[in-house]
Parts: sequence; structure tokens; C-alpha cells
Amino acid sequence: MLPLIQHEVVAAPHCWLSIADFIDIVAISQMTPGPIAINCATYVGYTVASSTFGAMIATFAVCLPPFIIMLTISSFYLKFRENHYMEMIFAGLKPAIIGLIAAAALTLMNSHNFIDYKSGIIFAAVFVATIAKVDPIKLVLASGLAGMIIYF
Amino acid sequence: MPILLELFLTFFKIGMFTLGGGYAMIPLIQREIVEKRCWVAESEFFELLAMAQSSPGPVAVNASVFVGYKVAGKTGSIIATLGTTLPSFLIILVIAAWLVDYRTNPYVESFFKGIRPAVVAMIAAPLYSLGKSMQIGVAGLALAVAVALLVAIAGVSPAILIAIIAAASLLIGLTRKPAPEKNSDANIP
Repeated sequence: MLPLIQHEVVAAPHCWLSIADFIDIVAISQMTPGPIAINCATYVGYTVASSTFGAMIATFAVCLPPFIIMLTISSFYLKFRENHYMEMIFAGLKPAIIGLIAAAALTLMNSHNFIDYKSGIIFAAVFVATIAKVDPIKLVLASGLAGMIIYF
Repeated sequence: MPILLELFLTFFKIGMFTLGGGYAMIPLIQREIVEKRCWVAESEFFELLAMAQSSPGPVAVNASVFVGYKVAGKTGSIIATLGTTLPSFLIILVIAAWLVDYRTNPYVESFFKGIRPAVVAMIAAPLYSLGKSMQIGVAGLALAVAVALLVAIAGVSPAILIAIIAAASLLIGLTRKPAPEKNSDANIP
């Protein structure tokens, strides 16, 4: 989604932002809660229109297509999930979902997320705590605090 | 608490703590929606993930739409999506409006240095128990590994893979045991 946003806001015909501004916005979007693409849209909307209204319009617009598509899929699913064919399909998809989550984890194992051996220690600690069913919100806060103690 | 308010507050909380990209939302949804509130059954959760990942747009929005719709219909999906997006919207607005020097703030920077590897662990750790509870077997494990490598290393689009695997499992299912005609149409209104 990010290359798409970049193409639309940096390149002609819009030329709303310079590439340097866009890179800055992406960096901030990665360091705030929520999906990066939506954060990015909010920020671009605010910057381009210099108003809260611009931010609202951009955020609304970026959410609308996935909203409509997912609403259609959800209502279809809830109607037909007991269907024999649907059951066959989802039985086959189960391993694929595991694979997709594993792919997400693999993609995130990069030098941006793991900067030194201490990152490895945080990873191992949170890994064990997650298996022990510790609340993920507590883990997010604890690891952030650990980061502040270690890296500040 | 009225269900819509609870829906909003739950997703507001999830949106607030989804740090480090949309996939960080998966463990939060599992805890808040599946385990604590039982709005979505464990088996349904996997199907929700399949749909959210193969539908266009951020996984976080797609998941909110599904859960919201299941709990309280169309209004529910609007409320849940609002809840997910509002925390980040407000934070971005503050940063953009007051030009807060957020990115290079040493507190924020070190906070996120700690969070990034933690998020990866929170996504990776449930994989084993997920696989076990789904009883995917050896063939399933091979398929999971193949999907992981194709997406992460070869850069194949998840939506295309899901479509191919869905079609293949339908074909295999049909050749193995033909569907009894009554049963297959029973749920179509």
C-alpha cells in the first residue's frame, strides 16, 4: 500500500509532497499506533490540505474500499459458513493462514527491528511470555519500557 | 454496557496498542475478542484471519469490519472500524498540527527500539499452538512452510495464494467425496 500512496502523492499530476517529506511521514506512521497505511493517509491529508478536515477526508477515503469489500465478504461468510463447499475451502486454507502469519514474522525479522543482541533478548523474553499467555498489551508496554531503559 | 459502546471501547483499546504495523493486531484480537469477550469462536478466528489477509486494505481494518458486523451488523462494523482508527488518527493529528519533533525524540526512539523485536515475537510465538489446535498434520505443515516462503522470500501476493489454495481445496474435496446434494444447498436461503 505504501508504494501506491507514494506514487499518488509524490509523483505527477498531484506532486503534493516532496520525497523527503514523504519518507518522514512514513517513518512517523511506523512509530505511531495503528496500521501504517492509514496513519500515512491521515498525515498526508493533513499536510496537503493543512486542515483537520483534510486528514479526515483522506482517512475516510483510504478506509472506505476495504470497508465495503470486507463488509460484503463478512455477510457472505456468515450466511454460507455452514455450507459444505465453504467448509472444504476453509479446511484447505487453515495451513495457508499459518503460513501467512509465519511469512509476516519472517518479513519482520530484519535489521530495522533487530538492531543488536539486546533485541534478540527482548524477542526471546516476549516469545516465552506470549506462550505463557501474558496479556499482549502488558507485553507491548513492558518491552517499550525495557527499550527506554536499555537504549535511552 | 451497551454492546455498541463495548465494541467501540474494545477496538479503541486494540487500535491504541497496535504498534509496529497491522500484524501486531493479531495477538490483541485473539486476547480481547476471542478469549476475553468470546465475540468470535477460536475456529472462526482462523477464518477471519484468512479473509482479512486476502481482502484488500489493512488487516486491522478488515478484522474490525468482520468482528463489528458479526457482533452488531452494519452499525457494528462502522463502530468497530471507527474505534480502531480513532486513536492513531488523533495521535497523528497532534503530531502533524503542532509539528511535534516526534520522530527524533529520544524517548520515543528508545521505546520503539524495545517494541519492534517484541512485536515480532508476539506474532511468531502463537504459530506452534495455532498449528496444533488446527490439527493441520504433516501435509498441512508442508503447505504452511511453502506459503510462508513464497510470501516472505519470493514476494508472492497473499491474495493470489489464498485464491489458488481455496480453489485447489475445493477441487480436492469434490473429488474425494462428492457433496450430498441436500446438505450442500441446505444453508442457502
